[in-house]
Amino acid sequence: MDDLLREFLTETTESLDVVDVELVKFEQEPNNAQILDNIFRLVHTVKGTCGFLGLPRLEALAHAAETLMGKYRDGMGVTDGGVTAILHSIDRLKLILSELEANEAEPDGSDDDLINQLNALSQAEAAAAPAPGAAPAEEAAPAAETAASDDSAAIDPLLDRPLRPGEVSLDELERAFQEAEGPELAAPAPEPTPAPVEEPAAASAEESEGEGGKKESVANQSIRVNVDTLENLMTMVSELVLTRNQLLEMVRRLDDSEFKVPLQRLSNVTGELQEAVMKTRMQPIGNAWQKLPRIVRDLSRELGKKIDLEMIGAETELDRQVLDLIKDPLTHMVRNSADHGLETTAERVAAGKSDKGRITLRAYHEGGHIIIEIADDGRGLDVEKIKAKAIANGLVSEAEAEKLTEQQIHRYIFAPGFSTAAKVTNVSGRGVGMDVVRTNIELIGGSIDLRSTHHKGTTFTIKIPLTLAIVSALIVEAAEERFAIPQLAVVELVRTKADSDHRIEHINNTPVLRLRNRLLPLVFLDQFLGLRSSAEALSEDGRTVTSDEAFIVVTRVGEQIFGIVVDSVFDTEEIVVKPVASLLRDITVFSGNTILGDGSVIMIMDPNGVAQAISGELNEMEEIVAEEQQGFTSDGETSLLVFYAGSKEPKAVPLSLVTRLEEFDISEIEYSNGSNVIQYRGKLMPIMHVAEGTALRSEGRQPILVFTEEERSVGLAVDEIVDIVTDRLDIELTSEVPGILGSAVIRDKATEVLDVAHYLTRVFADWFRRKEAALQAGAAKRLLLVDDSPFFRTMVTPQLAMAGYQVVHAASVEAAWKLRDAGQTFDIIVSDIEMPVTNGFEFAAAVKKDDSWSHIPIIALSALGSSEAIEKGRQAGFDDYVAKYDRDGLIQVLNEILDAKGEAA
Amino acid sequence: MSEHDTKAASTRTSRKKAAAAVSGAGMSEYITVVIEDQLFGIPVPRVHDVFMPQSMTRVPLSAPEVAGVLNLRGRIVTAIDMRRRLGLQSRDRTAGCMAVGVEHRGESYGLIIDSVGEVLRVADADMESNPANLDPRWREISAGVQRLESRLMIVIDVERVLNFTGQTLAA
Repeated sequence: MDDLLREFLTETTESLDVVDVELVKFEQEPNNAQILDNIFRLVHTVKGTCGFLGLPRLEALAHAAETLMGKYRDGMGVTDGGVTAILHSIDRLKLILSELEANEAEPDGSDDDLINQLNALSQAEAAAAPAPGAAPAEEAAPAAETAASDDSAAIDPLLDRPLRPGEVSLDELERAFQEAEGPELAAPAPEPTPAPVEEPAAASAEESEGEGGKKESVANQSIRVNVDTLENLMTMVSELVLTRNQLLEMVRRLDDSEFKVPLQRLSNVTGELQEAVMKTRMQPIGNAWQKLPRIVRDLSRELGKKIDLEMIGAETELDRQVLDLIKDPLTHMVRNSADHGLETTAERVAAGKSDKGRITLRAYHEGGHIIIEIADDGRGLDVEKIKAKAIANGLVSEAEAEKLTEQQIHRYIFAPGFSTAAKVTNVSGRGVGMDVVRTNIELIGGSIDLRSTHHKGTTFTIKIPLTLAIVSALIVEAAEERFAIPQLAVVELVRTKADSDHRIEHINNTPVLRLRNRLLPLVFLDQFLGLRSSAEALSEDGRTVTSDEAFIVVTRVGEQIFGIVVDSVFDTEEIVVKPVASLLRDITVFSGNTILGDGSVIMIMDPNGVAQAISGELNEMEEIVAEEQQGFTSDGETSLLVFYAGSKEPKAVPLSLVTRLEEFDISEIEYSNGSNVIQYRGKLMPIMHVAEGTALRSEGRQPILVFTEEERSVGLAVDEIVDIVTDRLDIELTSEVPGILGSAVIRDKATEVLDVAHYLTRVFADWFRRKEAALQAGAAKRLLLVDDSPFFRTMVTPQLAMAGYQVVHAASVEAAWKLRDAGQTFDIIVSDIEMPVTNGFEFAAAVKKDDSWSHIPIIALSALGSSEAIEKGRQAGFDDYVAKYDRDGLIQVLNEILDAKGEAA
Repeated sequence: MSEHDTKAASTRTSRKKAAAAVSGAGMSEYITVVIEDQLFGIPVPRVHDVFMPQSMTRVPLSAPEVAGVLNLRGRIVTAIDMRRRLGLQSRDRTAGCMAVGVEHRGESYGLIIDSVGEVLRVADADMESNPANLDPRWREISAGVQRLESRLMIVIDVERVLNFTGQTLAA
């Protein structure tokens, strides 16, 4: 293509984009002469250049538009129809330009329809305007052009560049217009029957309008550089940086080198150069917003709504590659806001809002990201509608939906194929929904979220990285290969060791990490990439090497959080992402590769790809994890005393039930009344064995677990105390053997969990009889224990019974309500917090509102010991809050509350 | 280092000569390479440079033919193990093999071969089509067989060498 033509095309397309924006502004402020001047100048330039290049169709159309604008300049009233006609001409100009670009020639066809319309408008105005008789503007303008072309090399002060051939300086033009005051009378009369619009042209005009321009516009005061040139420059600078790094490394090894000073200078210059070149890739986000005023204007007409578009922070810069990718999602979202978000004018007035709807776009930088907000002051999202749709689409069950927060429900609009628009309009509801927007944003490493208040409006927040070209990446190693993980996706790093707080645990052979009350699924990078099989990862002693000491890169992709297990972590490096060869492009777990400072090539992991590749696995893991988390206690933490007694299988009791661990010299143990006893704290303490007939040690010291209850103690002789472990306790097999509750996996070993109550009753045969006596004395208080864990119910009941309570169980809140419906009443309720279906907080609140149960004090029993949880419990209606396994605490609280109640009564 | 630079330089000069010679004369120029004692020829116009592959980075999950990626003067080159491509046993990674750099759709590839020979100028008339009994893997990448005085040279079709996605899927 001819260089001149190419330059013309680029420049004209840009000018027309600006005209678009300016016209919409102008329509709102018809008296702003500055805007009009600007438009006029741009259209005039287009016209002039067209004439010079011999493009009659463009020239004629531009001319007609210019004429009408000339009238406006002369003070004629601006009409809606006039602006629409000019906008249509601009669209037609763009259409012709695009064909010109494709075929290097103006397409055939006629623009008489538009020209006539424009002329008719000019004339109608002319008829209304006074002061006829002056020279027609169009005659003056060419004259001015001829004059100006004589010294076309002169620099025009307004344009700040030499005038192009055929271009007229603004001053000249101004003078010409002053001379040519008044409207023209000589304009041709409109044809009685305007030529029919060329069909294909009109159709494609609409298309091109939707797509928006493919040209980038550059700010006025700039030169045009081919994008490829910049890309090239960027590549070369990257290589320069690498070479510099190598040189620096070499010189560092030499002492007192004469290269040091010049190299330092080279280094600085290189750094600055890199920064400067990076800057050339940056563009203000306003470039992506340029089309929006026009779109909003057209929408506002189409939908019959009054809409204000406010744009804040248009100068915020980001990489042009990102800018291109964000353009379409942004346009879509603004359309959405106008169509769904804002109410009709009538609705707004009825709701007591200003009749003008407002859409606000705001952009700002925040820590290596750019944040873009799209806010409307419309009706807000309809939670019920979304919920109904989500249930209809099978995304969530009705029961689950009831438990979701509003925010969670709002997020369903990002689900695939989700559009709540009841009817399909031209504007939205075409099946291209927010899910596409979200996908596009996530593709460039961004995220999207929303806030919505009913009747107040909706705000979408998009967070995207500033640039895709240079990313900060974490360099990790797995199986002696290095990989880069983009820092954006990395939430945190966790170092694991077998004996540290964070260690890799296995559920059904699936590795998980327990991190702050959350279980994260883990992916071993070496195995995942096929660098090492799981068999190879095992060392001789059969333990997984990596689980002893490894680093876990906690990674977040959308809602998914998982851990990538690596052998070691080096450093964070700024890397220049280069695409991989097409041969490797089908490997979705890599997003590119790059050359590191040391000259070696490294593959860059794509967290999205990793998440997708393992998503099947992850879902499975998450299910397991979810099941586990519903297990014994909410956070699964139980301190257990593990010991050996009588057999080779390890045994365990909850540590909280054990009063003391003692060791007695074997000689201190006496035999009396058919059992072993020891003098302990001035009393005789019976000593029990886990299995009948087990002998005590013959010499040395005998370890004893001491259980104390109301000043009476029992000792349990054990062979060896192994450890105290904090682990999740899940009774997997319940036992028929008296004294054993069942078996659980503790530290990867099957362990028998002892039923302490059994031993206590065996020693003191009167243990429960005493209770019964107390009960019969009428002092028995009826206690309702609500807990979904059978193990815990079994564990706590004997203690409560011992303290003189008549305990009734309920495995769930629902079961408790059944008891109420059966007319049962209680003196006190003890309830777990974390339960399926209905949790303790909701239960407490409901109890306090219940007609028959509202007087019953209720105590929370939970492993959640945080002060917030306690506060939340109080607010929900709990009278007190006791940590699970704080058995003395529980009894004490029960007594206090009941005493207080008794006194009050 | 200096050795392979010289080679690369000589390649570049010969490429220019080749461009002049190839046209019309019915002659073609090939860089000869050896893989498992078999002589192969790569058309000179396709060859960018000849280098010694150093510090290769493995690409996990890639096709077995992909030996890895490496940095060649600031460009990332994807290396293809020609032995594997031909269904032969791969050589020890540390062995000092050579690579022929080629361009394919704007991307740089390196074909790893055992050793590089010389530039041969031969008559197109001496080119034979592939023998019917040639191993299908060899036939796939061979544009034909060139009869030399003392031995046969298989002419490598670079396009086809780099198109093995279908095969990988099948395998």
